[in-house]
Amino acid sequence: MLFKNHGIIERNSMILLVGILLVVSIGGIVQIAPLFRIEQTIEKVDGVRPYTPLELAGRGVYIREGCYTCHSQMIRPLRDEIERYGHYSLAAESMYDHPFQWGSKRTGPDLARVGAKYSDAWHVQHLINPRSVVPESIMPPYAFLEGREIGIKDVVDKHIVAQTRVGVPYTQADIDNAKTDLMAQADPNADSEGLQARYGGKVTVRDFDGDPSKVTEMDALVAYLQVLGTMVDFKTYEPMKAENLR
Amino acid sequence: MEPNLLKSKALPRFDIIFTCGVAFLVALWAIFATSHAEDVGMTVHGWIFLGAAITAALGLVFTAHGTALQNDQSTYSDGVIRFGVIASTFWGIVGMLVGVVIASQLAFPELLYFKDFGFLNFGRLRPLHTSAVIFAFGGNVLLATSFYVVQRTCRARLFGGMLPWFVFWGYQLFIVLAATGYLMGVTSGQEYAEPTWHVDLWLTVVWVAYLLVFLGTLWKRKEPHIYVANWFYLAFIVTIAMLHVVNNLAVPTSPFATTSYPLFGGVQNALTQWWYGHNAVGFFLTAGFLAIMYYFIPKQVNRPVYSYQLSIVHFWALIFIYIWAGPHHLHYTALPQWAQTLGMTFSIILWMPSWGGMINGLMTLSGAWDKLRTDPVLRMFVASLAFYGMSTFEGPVMSVRAVNSLSHYTDWTIGHVHSGALGWVGMVSFGALYALTPWLWKRERLYSLKLVEMHFWLSTIGILFYISSMWVSGIQQGLMWRSYNEFGFLTYSFVETVKAMHLPYIVRAIGGLLYLIGTCIMAYNLWRTIDGAVAKKEPLVLTNPNLVPAE
Repeated sequence: MLFKNHGIIERNSMILLVGILLVVSIGGIVQIAPLFRIEQTIEKVDGVRPYTPLELAGRGVYIREGCYTCHSQMIRPLRDEIERYGHYSLAAESMYDHPFQWGSKRTGPDLARVGAKYSDAWHVQHLINPRSVVPESIMPPYAFLEGREIGIKDVVDKHIVAQTRVGVPYTQADIDNAKTDLMAQADPNADSEGLQARYGGKVTVRDFDGDPSKVTEMDALVAYLQVLGTMVDFKTYEPMKAENLR
Repeated sequence: MEPNLLKSKALPRFDIIFTCGVAFLVALWAIFATSHAEDVGMTVHGWIFLGAAITAALGLVFTAHGTALQNDQSTYSDGVIRFGVIASTFWGIVGMLVGVVIASQLAFPELLYFKDFGFLNFGRLRPLHTSAVIFAFGGNVLLATSFYVVQRTCRARLFGGMLPWFVFWGYQLFIVLAATGYLMGVTSGQEYAEPTWHVDLWLTVVWVAYLLVFLGTLWKRKEPHIYVANWFYLAFIVTIAMLHVVNNLAVPTSPFATTSYPLFGGVQNALTQWWYGHNAVGFFLTAGFLAIMYYFIPKQVNRPVYSYQLSIVHFWALIFIYIWAGPHHLHYTALPQWAQTLGMTFSIILWMPSWGGMINGLMTLSGAWDKLRTDPVLRMFVASLAFYGMSTFEGPVMSVRAVNSLSHYTDWTIGHVHSGALGWVGMVSFGALYALTPWLWKRERLYSLKLVEMHFWLSTIGILFYISSMWVSGIQQGLMWRSYNEFGFLTYSFVETVKAMHLPYIVRAIGGLLYLIGTCIMAYNLWRTIDGAVAKKEPLVLTNPNLVPAE
């Protein structure tokens, strides 16, 4: 029966085309569409905020250099991972990540909670020459980030506008002050009150790369690494609450 | 569309108008992009676009009076396929060479990194490697074989006059844009979908033209039935279009910047990306290459496909089930567990249609198994099916959540991918290229079957080196990460597990090098065949004595 009537499909290219389209659409629709009912997909947590302009620029460097090809940002709820890296990752922690950077391979360690684990100086030295601090490391050197001005520093407001278009809740004030906020976060002498009012008191303002003369891509990347996994307030997070079970 | 309409001289040549229009629009945009560019990447890409548009215009002018633009319906259009064979071989060598480089970087970081050259770092070269082998090598093999197969099985010339040429050169432009972008750090940051928004838009234009050429040729067919290989090609073209468009939805930061932000973020982005990523495997690297199997293996052994009914079940089951398997890339992540379980379930079911297809291919040799002894090209096809069977069994095993907790994030995944990519995709492509070259250049036989034999053994041994070293390193590292000492502490620091990878990484690089050498031998063999040479001292045995068009 099935085989007898298959001839109809074989003789009509458009029926074949439509048939293929229908058959390959079902799986994606069933799996992906429900995820957009956010209340059932993303946990309720305190503390997760959009990235500051400097962190966003650092994230751009992270993506540009392909860090995701060797480092994951997704701690699985397995005993050894939690002991090695910290609390397992929540969906809420990457809800403002466009694109997500969960990764698929750990040639190097997971970075989901690398923030605040090492000093800025360690990160700078490690990025310049990884083997000077970890002799067995096989990571490439990123010395060229040192002293290099942030590529997007003059257009960072456009980046924030694009972020709002994909749903990241930046305010108009965030957009208007994006360029000054970017410079202020890496300069301890700058007036950072506005930055902290907009992004919260936990925002770290310091000279990340140890070179106070200018704001560099090294500043941006270290600022991004130092905020990874530090946003969620786990004191107020209740994992077993019904709304957080999925 | 009636064939006699196409023959009519009065009909305006939409293919030429279309190509000129696209070239004009691209040139216009490129001028703005170069003059207003907000980053170096866009400046370079603007110039490349402009150069391509000018080259296309010049090419049209210079070929306008020749025969190239004549659309003689009584012949097959094989010129574009010859270019496809050469492009496949070229990109194959490029992509595999970059693969050997990055494999060596992981084994010898001190030697192969330069602190002042960011563009030679692993993070930039790795997308170059994956895109070059999947999209440049694999993509050109699919373009060339699909153009060949659809003409022969429909007994009709390719639809669209010069549109196939537009598809071919447009696709090469896509490859050049993507590759130069990666080196400059122009990337969207989503695995296997790294080309940025403007390159994605260009690929969309090319892909729609490709679908049009393929469908148009089906419409012109003189055979009442559409042959099974064409079902697979069509499914590959249509589904890749869907995946490409949905996964690359993004908002650029400016019309003149390469940077953009994808529409979906976090967990939604993750599932969409792996729905795309896994089905790039399922439809680009599987459905497309199964089409090659369904045409070239019957041709090579001169027998019909083993089972027509199995073909039908194989086709519909494979395309229906594959699309569900994506979430197995996200086990134990923040993706809701129901989605993970669904992905795992369908991945295990997928084992059946995969092996159904393998059986259909292998059993086509029934009664002709003796040809394996004399025909090294056929051996290539059969080995590719064996690797296909192996990796489509390994895949479902690794998709089981408990197994995945060990294998995920380790080299086991890399080994699995390469048993499919080197074993299945690579070897079935080599077989097709070896078969196509004498057919397209009207040569009696290949230059040397001994070189094919050498290629076969080099690549087989290379693959074994590759996958066994990755099993060792992957399983070892997975076990080391979860190992506890007698006091209940983690036994190993992360970097100790990196150190343990050194030897397997060297073995892996050697495996890749052997495979690359094999491909270079193939390139030499194909070049000599095109040249019309026949190796001395080899008996003149035809690779395919009954060379007739498929009907």
